[in-house]
Formats: sequence, C-alpha cells, structure tokens
Amino acid sequence: MKTRLSLTVNGETHEVLVPVHKTLLEVLREDLGLTGTKHGCELGECGTCTVLVEGEPVLSCLALPVEMEGRAITTVEGMAEGSTLHPLQQAFAELGAAQCGYCTPGILLTAQRLLEDNPVPTRTEIKEALAGNLCRCTGYTKILDAVELAALRMGRQPAAGR
Amino acid sequence: MMRLPAFTYLAPPTVAEAARAVVEHGGEAMLVAGGTDLYPNMKRRQFEPKVLIGLGAIRELRGVSGRAREGLRIGPTTTLTAVARHPEIARHYGALATAAGLVSSPQLRNMGTIGGNVCVDTRCNYYNQAYEWRKAIGFCMKKDGDICLVAPSSSRCWAVSSSDTAPVLWSLGARVRLVGATGERTMPVEALYRDDGIEYLAKRPDEVLADILLPPADGWTSAYLKLRRRGSFDFPVLGVAVALRIEGAVVRDAKIVLGAVASLPRSAPAAASALVGERLTPEVITRVADLAAGPAKPLDNTDYAHFYRKKMTRVFVARALRRLGGLDGEGRAEEEVA
Ligand SMILES: Cc1cc2nc3c(=O)[nH]c(=O)nc-3n(C[C@H](O)[C@H](O)[C@H](O)COP(=O)(O)OP(=O)(O)OC[C@H]3O[C@@H](n4cnc5c(N)ncnc54)[C@H](O)[C@@H]3O)c2cc1C
Ligand code: SF4
Ligand code: FES
Ligand code: FES
Repeated sequence: MKTRLSLTVNGETHEVLVPVHKTLLEVLREDLGLTGTKHGCELGECGTCTVLVEGEPVLSCLALPVEMEGRAITTVEGMAEGSTLHPLQQAFAELGAAQCGYCTPGILLTAQRLLEDNPVPTRTEIKEALAGNLCRCTGYTKILDAVELAALRMGRQPAAGR
Repeated sequence: MMRLPAFTYLAPPTVAEAARAVVEHGGEAMLVAGGTDLYPNMKRRQFEPKVLIGLGAIRELRGVSGRAREGLRIGPTTTLTAVARHPEIARHYGALATAAGLVSSPQLRNMGTIGGNVCVDTRCNYYNQAYEWRKAIGFCMKKDGDICLVAPSSSRCWAVSSSDTAPVLWSLGARVRLVGATGERTMPVEALYRDDGIEYLAKRPDEVLADILLPPADGWTSAYLKLRRRGSFDFPVLGVAVALRIEGAVVRDAKIVLGAVASLPRSAPAAASALVGERLTPEVITRVADLAAGPAKPLDNTDYAHFYRKKMTRVFVARALRRLGGLDGEGRAEEEVA
C-alpha cells in the first residue's frame, strides 16, 4: 500500500507516493533520482548512506520517510551553491581524498556538520566525528587532511563557511 | 538490495494508544523507536511484523528531567547522543554517559534511543546473518529453525545480551516503568531480563517502556568499560559496569554488573560485597576482580574466543576499580584489541 508523503530535501519540497516500508535511502535514489547518496551495507554498518536530518548525520538506510515529514533533509547534492563547491568538496578534490569515491558523500556531510559545531577541530575530534564512516579504499589520512584544509579555509573566509 | 518486508505504520500520540494498538493487532504488531536494531533485523527477516507502531510521536516518552539530588527520569525515546551529552548524567551517572557514547557509531547514536538499547535483541554469530546465510546452514531455533547451532544438545538459545546501557543501569539501581494495555508496573531494570536468548525480556509485547528512573546519585561514582574489536560500530563482547559509594577512602556500597557474558546482564554480588568496608588497594582489587570473573560464562558465539573474553573480565573489573579508586585516572573507557 502506497502513502503520499511530503519530503523537504535540499530546501525543495517533493511529493512522493511510495510504500511506507521503503527506506529514505531507497526513496532518495529511486523516487527522487538523488543518487549521490550511496547504498553500502544497508544495515547500519558503513555510513556511506549518511544524510543530514535537521543538520544531524543519520543513516538513510535505516530511516523511514514517514518519520521525516516536515524535517529538513540534506544530501550531498545540497552542498554546493550553484557551481561553487562547498569548501569541503573543494579540499577533497584538491587533495585526492576520494579514491573510488563511494564513501565520500557520507563523509562530506558528516564533516560539514562537524565544522558547523566545531570550526577548528583537532585531528582526534575529526576522527571521532567520522568514526561512523568507513572508507573501503582506506584513504583515511587524506580524508583527515582534507577536512583540516577545509576548516582552515572556512575560518579565513567566513562567507564561504556556511 | 536488502529491503524491508512490507508493513503498515502507525504513529499513536500517547503511550496508552500505542499499547492498545499492539493488543488490537495481536501478534502482528511491534513497537519501534529509532529502528537501528529492529530494521536491520527486519531486513534479515528475523522479524516480519505486519504492523509497526512508531513511538517517535509520543511526547511523554522524550527528554530527561529532574536533578541528580532527587533522581533523574529519562524518557526512553531520548537518543543515545542526548544521553551521552547530558551534563547532569555525565557528572553524576558517569558510566551511563560513557556507555551511551560508546554504542555503535555517531550516526546510530543520533537515531538509536536508550529505550531501544534497554530492549535490544540478543546476538549470536549464527543469528546476525542474512536470510540466505541462515537458510544455508539450516536455521537455528531463535528464528526459523529448531536446534541451537552453538550448543546442539541444548533445549534453549544462548544468544548474548549485548546492550551497553543495560548493565550500567542495573549497577546504578535504575527502575523502569512499563505501561501496558491493561495497566502499568514499575520494577528494577534487572527484572526486565530473562535468561533465555529468545524470550530475553520479561515484558508483554504491548508493554511500552515509559520511564527509566535513576535513583538519587548521592555519593556514588561509576565506570563502564567495553571490549570490542574496533573502536566504533561494534557491539560489546564484554561490558563491565561498576558503581561504588565511597566515604573517606572506604567503599560503603558496591555493584558490579557484566554485559555480553550471557543472555542477560549478570551481576557479581560476591565480588561487590567483598569490596564493602575495604579501601581500594591493589590487593583488594585483585581479589575482587577474580571473584567478579566467576559469573562470566561466555559461550563461543560472538567475536573473540570465549576463554579470552572470560579472562578479560578479570582485567576489566580491575581496571574499572583502579580508575574509580584514582589509582590510574588515565586511559580510555573502551578497549580495542586487534
Ligand atoms: C551497526 C550497528 C552497531 C550497533 N552497535 C551497538 C553497540 O555497540 N551497543 C549496543 O548496545 N547496541 C548497538 N546497536 C544496536 C542499536 O543501535 C542500539 O541498541 C540502539 O540503542 C537501539 O535503539 P533503537 O531506538 O534504534 O531501537 P529499535 O530498533 O527501535 O528497537 C529495538 C527493540 O526495542 C523495542 N523497543 C524500543 N523502544 C521501546 C519502548 N520504549 N518500549 C518497549 N519496547 C521498545 C523494539 O520493539 C525492538 O524490539 C548497533 C546497531 C547497529 C546496526
Ligand atoms: S545461541 Fe543457538 S539458538 Fe541462539 S541464536 Fe545462537 S545458534 Fe541460534
Ligand atoms: S548503507 Fe547505510 S550504513 Fe551502510
Ligand atoms: S574512497 Fe573508496 S570507499 Fe572511500
């Protein structure tokens, strides 16, 4: 049985008609065409499906859209402003912090939230914040470097550091 | 893709209506809070409820209230992140903040609730597997089969209680209020657990965990240590919760509760009473740690060899006591061993 739901994703409201047992991950990818959010384990064990709900990182593979009505959902597609990349995306690209790139959307969003709470995190704080995001290519050092670089740049340019 | 089985979803606004809805749908309905335990299990077809009753819309189940001086009330749909960060909990019931902050990963703590953690399903290497995996080995009695694959001659399931907060809540003397369709009751948290891997909760399906009640904190200090392979994601394969009331330098009251060593949390009363009237000297700590390892009877059905987990019980109890006695304040609350 399908349910009509209204979801606010990246500031836009979408009406969808979906079975209530479809996860947010499935609805984002299959019904809204937002394939930036990746599906990995689908069991809460990898973090690649991370999206922000009201700014908090959550796992879309374990979230029901029916519980998300009226709440602001942000996916990786919502990070850039037009053609201007978010400083985190820019730093990841420059430093080669993405290898296959599969974990990248979840890591970018989790790091975005970290830098909002804590604009100058220590390396340990970055590791703790990203402890729920596995990188199967294991390029963690560059990922940590890229978050540090983005934090540095965002500190210098408050305008870019939403 | 591993999809959820079909269900209908209800979001009642009150606890009473949630309890009534479970009864109305007979054995077909289940309660859900954060879903971080139930949804993976449903994807693996360990549960296939036709009706899900979401607790997220129930205002009375949310938030932390009260003061440590009189005791705290924690609403069961409070997220683990909120419990871990709550200043009053962190200051006066330290082990609870530690345990909540060590559950799984940051994202799962933003979604998972403390009530769901208290009621979390038991675990076993032969059970926490995809449907096809379980089918290939012929299933076990916890779901779809009729024998236990760990102990084939056993008539019961030995799946392991794997909640981080349950042993801590017991050690802190917490009580729980359950509200069912026909009435309510309040009892010590330990009375919620049964020594059975399948029927691990002593509550009816319609009973909603409505309050977690912590007693006044007066004079108690507490610690929680967790053994797991990785520093994130992993469930405990051993949890050690210790709560002490120390006057001067003398222990006046003590509770030691072990997690992940049986189908329910296990207290170690002999070890705890051996502490009373003593100072936390290295000799006392060694003796108590040996006594505490007694009730730990891990089976070979989680990560790590069971004899190693048993051995680590002694090591972890000693570490927790040293920390509470100020003998070494350093070190992390969790242990990762590669
Ligand atoms: C990858 C991964 C790692 C994990 N690691 C850990 C870990 O390290 N430690 C740990 O303890 N847990 C761990 N978990 C399990 C789970 O995330 C937590 O236990 C969490 O606290 C469960 O809460 P929830 O609200 O999501 O529960 P749900 O999934 O919503 O519910 C769990 C069970 O409790 C029942 N329930 C929930 N709330 C109530 C209520 N108020 N009244 C009555 N019944 C209720 C549900 O019916 C269900 O049977 C992990 C899970 C995953 C997927
Ligand atoms: S202890 Fe035995 S019955 Fe229980 S889940 Fe494991 S294999 Fe199955
Ligand atoms: S796909 Fe959601 S955590 Fe792996
Ligand atoms: S870049 Fe490949 S998984 Fe992280």
